[in-house]
Amino acid sequence: MNVERAQPQEDVSAWLAAQGGMELLRFIACGSVDDGKSTLIGRLLYESQMLLEDQLEALANDSRRIGTQGAELDFALLVDGLSAEREQGITIDVAYRFFATQRRKYIVADTPGHEQYTRNMVTGASTAELAIILIDARKGVLTQTRRHSYLVSLLGIRRIVLAINKMDLVDYSAQVFADIERDYREFAARIGLTDIVAIPVSALRGDNIVEPGASMPWYRGAALLQHLETVPVQDDAGAQPFRMPVQWVNRPNQDFRGFAGLIVGGSVRPGDTLRVLPSGSTSRVARIVTADGDLPLAVAGQSVTLTFQDEIDISRGDLLATAASAAGVADKFEANIVWMSEEPMLPGRPYLLKCGTRTVSAAVAQLKYKVNVNTLEELAARQLELNEIGLANLNLDQPLAFDPYSRNRDTGGFILIDRINNNTVGAGMLQAALRPAQDVHWQALDVSRANRSVQKNQQACVLWFTGLSGAGKSTIANLVEKRLFAMGRHTYLLDGDNIRHGLNRDLGFTDADRVENIRRVGEVARLMTDAGLIVLVSFISPFRSERRLARSLLGPGEFFEVYVDTPLEVAEARDPKGLYRKARAGQIRNFTGIDSPYEPPENPEIRIDTARMTAEQAAEQVIEQLRLAGVIDRDWVFFP
Amino acid sequence: MSKLSHLSRLEAESIHILREVVAECERPVMLYSIGKDSSVMLHLALKAFFPAKPPFPLLHIDTTWKFRQMIEFRDLTARRLGMDLIVHVNPDGVAMGINPFVHGSALHTDIMKTQGLRQALDRHGFDAAFGGARRDEEKSRAKERVFSIRSAQHRWDPKRQRPELWRLYNARKAKGESLRVFPLSNWTELDIWQYIYHQDIPIVPLYLAAERPVVERDGALIMVDDERLPLEPGERPQLRQVRFRTLGCYPLTGAIESTADSLPAVIAEMLAARTSERHGRMIDHDAAASMEKKKQEGYF
Repeated sequence: MNVERAQPQEDVSAWLAAQGGMELLRFIACGSVDDGKSTLIGRLLYESQMLLEDQLEALANDSRRIGTQGAELDFALLVDGLSAEREQGITIDVAYRFFATQRRKYIVADTPGHEQYTRNMVTGASTAELAIILIDARKGVLTQTRRHSYLVSLLGIRRIVLAINKMDLVDYSAQVFADIERDYREFAARIGLTDIVAIPVSALRGDNIVEPGASMPWYRGAALLQHLETVPVQDDAGAQPFRMPVQWVNRPNQDFRGFAGLIVGGSVRPGDTLRVLPSGSTSRVARIVTADGDLPLAVAGQSVTLTFQDEIDISRGDLLATAASAAGVADKFEANIVWMSEEPMLPGRPYLLKCGTRTVSAAVAQLKYKVNVNTLEELAARQLELNEIGLANLNLDQPLAFDPYSRNRDTGGFILIDRINNNTVGAGMLQAALRPAQDVHWQALDVSRANRSVQKNQQACVLWFTGLSGAGKSTIANLVEKRLFAMGRHTYLLDGDNIRHGLNRDLGFTDADRVENIRRVGEVARLMTDAGLIVLVSFISPFRSERRLARSLLGPGEFFEVYVDTPLEVAEARDPKGLYRKARAGQIRNFTGIDSPYEPPENPEIRIDTARMTAEQAAEQVIEQLRLAGVIDRDWVFFP
Repeated sequence: MSKLSHLSRLEAESIHILREVVAECERPVMLYSIGKDSSVMLHLALKAFFPAKPPFPLLHIDTTWKFRQMIEFRDLTARRLGMDLIVHVNPDGVAMGINPFVHGSALHTDIMKTQGLRQALDRHGFDAAFGGARRDEEKSRAKERVFSIRSAQHRWDPKRQRPELWRLYNARKAKGESLRVFPLSNWTELDIWQYIYHQDIPIVPLYLAAERPVVERDGALIMVDDERLPLEPGERPQLRQVRFRTLGCYPLTGAIESTADSLPAVIAEMLAARTSERHGRMIDHDAAASMEKKKQEGYF
């Protein structure tokens, strides 16, 4: 075993040729500073000679100044940028470290081990093929060991190295090692981890890091680096069925039309029949084009450009799959979700979902449970907070081609993006499509909404009044309905307070309940437009995303957002129901405008400035806008 | 099943990143700094979009203090590949007569490089810029994202950086915001040299040892690339066998004594080297200008 670099001066070309064929192993190191994780990673960098003279010099200086190892080098200082980061108020998250031995290059994901950093560990684990779980030999299997192992297993890492560290502090006891290994295997089997190699080490002393040490003659296995050099890597992706998400259509001229992407499963040869998903059409591969010439074969992990024998419709977001074993296509899924945002995940709220190269709109239909990552208990929950993990049913607005995450990380893993601020707020792993049998089938009706609208001589639509409590929504909506009614229109007014007495009386005023409140009203309003009615909805509806959800239920031109714009001071001064007073007194919680936000519409179809007009003028303005939009016929003659 | 080498995997990942930006952004640009990392990044772009040409221009922020051989190489490369090249010099900096001797490396870098970059991005309305930075360059880079979001004022806000899982990058942004994208994030310096060797990628000759006129200052060898370098009393340029490990503004870039005049020799020397790459770059020595601070201000 020799981790020193070859002396390349002798024959650099031969050395370079050999280096060109080196493999890459990405792994994650899990544990806290107390387990000696930083020391271990620092030691690996040091032993693999990735440290250069000026870095060593800095390390020696720092070790003397702030180290914890007396006169010796404190390897933890090599990677511990964390205290400095805390001082600077910088987010502590995933750092990537690099080192190499003669046979392999390594990329280490280094994440802080504390509870609140589930998000970071999940991020680091998503690209890792192997996990090193560190255990302090004096402490054995701890809650955090279980948490790390659960996350590693959730992210689909199968290979575990159990590094039982600080063996020097337990007198290199074979018994301590055996006991911890047994405890861990017992627990790991329950979460499906079976490929475990346990190694007794001392990162501080260097025992069993590079080579088996003399201090533990009872241990006959490989040292840590020996194991990392020989453990099989990337051995499953190639055996899978072919998968390639289409990234980009390459069309430099009329004669060439190629589809570029990175192969995420299996292999492909010219002549193979591929299926384009979700459309389902098929064609044979003509060429595998690369800048280095056409290839006879391309495998998982390569970025290529494919051309086909037929002209078929393929665009970014499609998945190319072997016709023999195509991926599933569905729009309803069960998925594990890890929440990564300060703002909680709310069922019903639409998010963008990106899987492969496809981005669709998705909402959580039902949160089945969340997981206590320390005890693995499943708990009932209505929303997910930052760093929480749950199992949920997802509804997508378009079909998505996928594989279960356990079969392919790239066609089963997805991120969720906030539609307003564009942040990545969650990550998830598709488990399975929800079988249609579990769903209620849609009953096709012969009498359409268009028929019903024509019969009523009107265009069905929704007028969605939004604004603060006391803004005048209900007053204005009521006047508008009276005028429409007088004009012989068929209408119905859904009022927030009234609906909360019946349909929504089980809902409170938390964010999650507000979302559900609006979802239900949106659905009811949609049903009523199906019936051909002009529906007036008068709801505070404080969140943009829910109003957007309500809008998405209707066709273009059928949703009119009416923003009843009244400044908070004015609404509060009016306080028709005495609610602001109570909210200010702390008797009502989560009151919009006081301790719960109101997000004003950005582009409402109709904006009413109540400070500048009476309720009657406002109603007239709405009617006029409906005329302009063609909802109401101008020439309609009515007799008041 | 044949396994891919680490260089093939790095190459495929970088190509994936380049294509993802082109697919999701409206007006990408590639920051071309003429160094070895830029050479590799450009080479990867040629591969990513083959047989089409990379669908974005190259942008060079010229501080007017680059080595002459760098400028020659830049113009030759753009012409050879038929790529659009935008060269931007901060006119305010020129008007102020900013130079590294009088104003110090920190101010010079801020005005000519950071401000210049922001001007160029704004002027052309670029919403994504590729940069050749690597995570192994410096401690604070180790946690940099591949897709780094910047505000409309080009500021880097550590709290707004997005988690990156699997191969899924989030390129969405509000109007005015932009992305800095680092396709070489996971490459190490050694990977870069090995790839240049295996792919036969052209690089600026300054990376190879040759006799060059230098003066010694504060322990660094500064090349006298033109007559603008003010010589101290008694200072006389000497011809020495030197090369450069990184390239930047010539008065701020230290040479090392070396006889490595071929790529294998450079790599051999690097493997035996005892000094890390950024050591030769003066801008890192300015105590007030940590990488974090520069990033927050809009530096790459």
